[in-house]
Amino acid sequence: MKIVLKHLTKEFPSRTKKGEVTVAVNDFDIEIPDGKLIGLLGPSGCGKSTALNLICGLETPTRGQIFFGENDVTKLSPENRGIGMVFQNYALYPHLTVEQNIRFPLENLKGKNKISKEEMNAKVLEAAKLVQIDDYMERKPNQLSGGQQQRVAIARALVKRPQVLLLDEPLSNLDARLRLQTREEIRRIQKETLITTIFVTHDQEEAMSISDLIVVMKTGVIQQVGKPQEVYNKPVNLFVAKFLGTPAINVFEGRMEGGKLLIGGKAVLERPDVPDQDVYVGIRPEGFIVDGNGPFELDLQSVEVMGRDTSVVAEHPSSLSGTTRAIVSTDDAEHVGGKKVRFSLKKAKVHLFRKDTEELIED
Amino acid sequence: MKKNNLKAWLYLLPAIAFLGVFMVYPLVDVLVYSVEENYNFASQQATGIGWFNYSHVLHDTDFLQAVKNTFILVIITVPLSTLLALFISLGLSSIKPLKELYQTLYFLPYVTNTLAVGLVFMILFKKTEYTEGMVNILITWFGGKSVEGGFIDGPYWAKMFVLCFYTIWVVLPFKILILTSALASVNQDYYKAASIDGTSKSRVFFKITLPMISPMIFYLVITGFIGAFKAYSDAVALFGTDLNSAGMNTIVGYIYDKLYSSGGGYPSYASAAAIILFAIVLTITVINLSISKKNVKA
Repeated sequence: MKIVLKHLTKEFPSRTKKGEVTVAVNDFDIEIPDGKLIGLLGPSGCGKSTALNLICGLETPTRGQIFFGENDVTKLSPENRGIGMVFQNYALYPHLTVEQNIRFPLENLKGKNKISKEEMNAKVLEAAKLVQIDDYMERKPNQLSGGQQQRVAIARALVKRPQVLLLDEPLSNLDARLRLQTREEIRRIQKETLITTIFVTHDQEEAMSISDLIVVMKTGVIQQVGKPQEVYNKPVNLFVAKFLGTPAINVFEGRMEGGKLLIGGKAVLERPDVPDQDVYVGIRPEGFIVDGNGPFELDLQSVEVMGRDTSVVAEHPSSLSGTTRAIVSTDDAEHVGGKKVRFSLKKAKVHLFRKDTEELIED
Repeated sequence: MKKNNLKAWLYLLPAIAFLGVFMVYPLVDVLVYSVEENYNFASQQATGIGWFNYSHVLHDTDFLQAVKNTFILVIITVPLSTLLALFISLGLSSIKPLKELYQTLYFLPYVTNTLAVGLVFMILFKKTEYTEGMVNILITWFGGKSVEGGFIDGPYWAKMFVLCFYTIWVVLPFKILILTSALASVNQDYYKAASIDGTSKSRVFFKITLPMISPMIFYLVITGFIGAFKAYSDAVALFGTDLNSAGMNTIVGYIYDKLYSSGGGYPSYASAAAIILFAIVLTITVINLSISKKNVKA
C-alpha cells in the first residue's frame, strides 16, 4: 500500500496562555512507495513520533491529508485504517500470555469480519511462526527477553495482516547485540510480508542499515528524503550531514577563493566551479588520506587502533566540531606520529555548505 | 557477620521494645484473660481456666446482635463502596475540566471530623421535636411515606441503612484516591494499542483496565473488610453510646461495653469477644488472599 502525505501539519496549542503554538509536523508532503521499509529519522523532539501518530490515526492532523493507496484515510479512526503498530515499550498486556496477546486484535473483530476459533488459532500461529516466537506461546511477557517481547509485539501488529506496519523506536529498549539481531529480523519480516513499513528512530545507523528509504526530519520539517547511501553521499544541508554517519562528519570554517578551498587560510582542495565565498566544510572521517606531503595539516592528538581501521584524532583551529576524527587503514596509520599530521582529501567526501543558509553547494 | 547481627538487633531494639510492650504483651494478655474464668478485676483473681467466657459470649444476645450487625455492615458496605469508588474514579479519570475540584470534593469526607459528620447525619436522619429530619421531609415531599420516628430512632432497617450509608460515605475518599492513582499509573500505550486494534470500550475495561488495577482493588477489599469489622466509632457518632438498646452494637462496640460501660467490668468476656473477632477477621483475610492469588494478575 502506497502512502501519500499531502501538506500534513500538526500544531499543538501552547501550554502557556501567551505562547505560540508548537508545530510538531510542518507541511509534510511525501509519497512512500508500496512494500518498502522507510526510516523516519531525526533527533529527539523533532516530531517524528507525532508524524507516526498522525499516520496511524492516534492524532488528528491540523491540516493536510493522508492517503493509503487511493483512499483518503485522514478522517478514519485507527482501527479502520488497516494498520499495525509496535510501541517503543511494546505495550504487551502483562496479564496475558504470548498467545493471548497475539490473539487480542483478532478477538476485537466484529460483525462480518468476525472469524472462527480455528481461523484465529491458525492466524495466531502463523504470525508467531513468522517472528519465530511459537515456542513461547504460554509464557507471560515478563518471562521473555526484550528481543522476544519485541517479536511478540510485531506478531500482534501483524496478525490482522495490516496494509501498513508502524514501528515507534523499535530497537531503543534493546541492548547493542540484540539491536543488531532485531533490526535484521525486522528487515527479514518486512521482506517476507512486503508490508509497507515505517519506523521511527533517532539512531541514524539503525535507519541507514535497514531502510529502503530514509526521511530526515528536523523540528517538524522534512530535510531530505532518499536512499540511505544517497542521503549520506549528498546531504542537502549541514544538519543532514552532521546527523548521518558515525563517527560524525568533521566540520570546519573555510573559504572559497579562486577555485581553491581554504581552511585556516591554506588551500586544501581544488573546487574550480565554486564561486568565492565563506563556507562550512564537512569532511567525512573516511575522506582523509594520510599523505606526508598533503595540503591539510592538523595537530595530532592521538591514534586509536580499532583492528581493521585506525582513528586519527587531531585538532585544528578552524574546526567547529571539537576534535577532528579521520578513519584510515591501520597500515597507513603506521606513518602517523609526532606533533603534526598531514592529509590529502577525497573530493567526494568533502561537502561545502553556504555560510548563510547552510545548504549544500552543488558541484 | 556476628558483629553486624548484634548491631542490627541494636538498631531494631527501640521498635521491638515498643511493639513488645504495646502489641505483643497485650495480645498474649488478651488470650490469657479470655480463658480465665470468673476473673475479678479488683482482686485480680480467677477461679480457673476454661472455655466458659467464650460460651457466655456466644450465648449473649447482645453479642449475637452485634455479630449480625457487623456482618450486615461488612457484606453491604465493602462491595458497594469499592464498586462506587471504582465508578467515581473512572469518571474522574475521564473528565478534564473541574477534575481537581471534583477530586477535592470527593476527598472531603476523609478529612472531616467523625463527630461533625455525625451532627450532619442527625440533621438528615433524626426526628426531633421541631423537625422530622431532612430525608423524611424529602420523602413526604415526593409523596412517600415518612419513616416512623425518623431514621435514627426508627425500625432496624432504617438504622442499618443510615449506618451503611455513613460507612460507605466515610470510606469512599480513600478508595477513590487509591483507585484514581492506580488508573493513572496504567501505561497509556496499552490504551493506544487497544484503540489501534479497535477494542470496544467494555472490552478495554474488562480486559485491560480491570486486570491492571486488580492488585489495588484487592488491597482495598482486604483493608475494607478489616476496617468494617472494626467499625464502632461511626455507630456511636450516629446512635449514641448506648448501642445495645438501640440494637445497633458492633463487635468492637460489644468489647468496649464489656470493659468500660455501665454494664462493664468484664475483661474476660471482652477478651473472649476480641479473640472471636480476631478469628473472624483472620479467616476472611485468608480467604481473600487465597482468592486474590488466583485472580490478581499483572
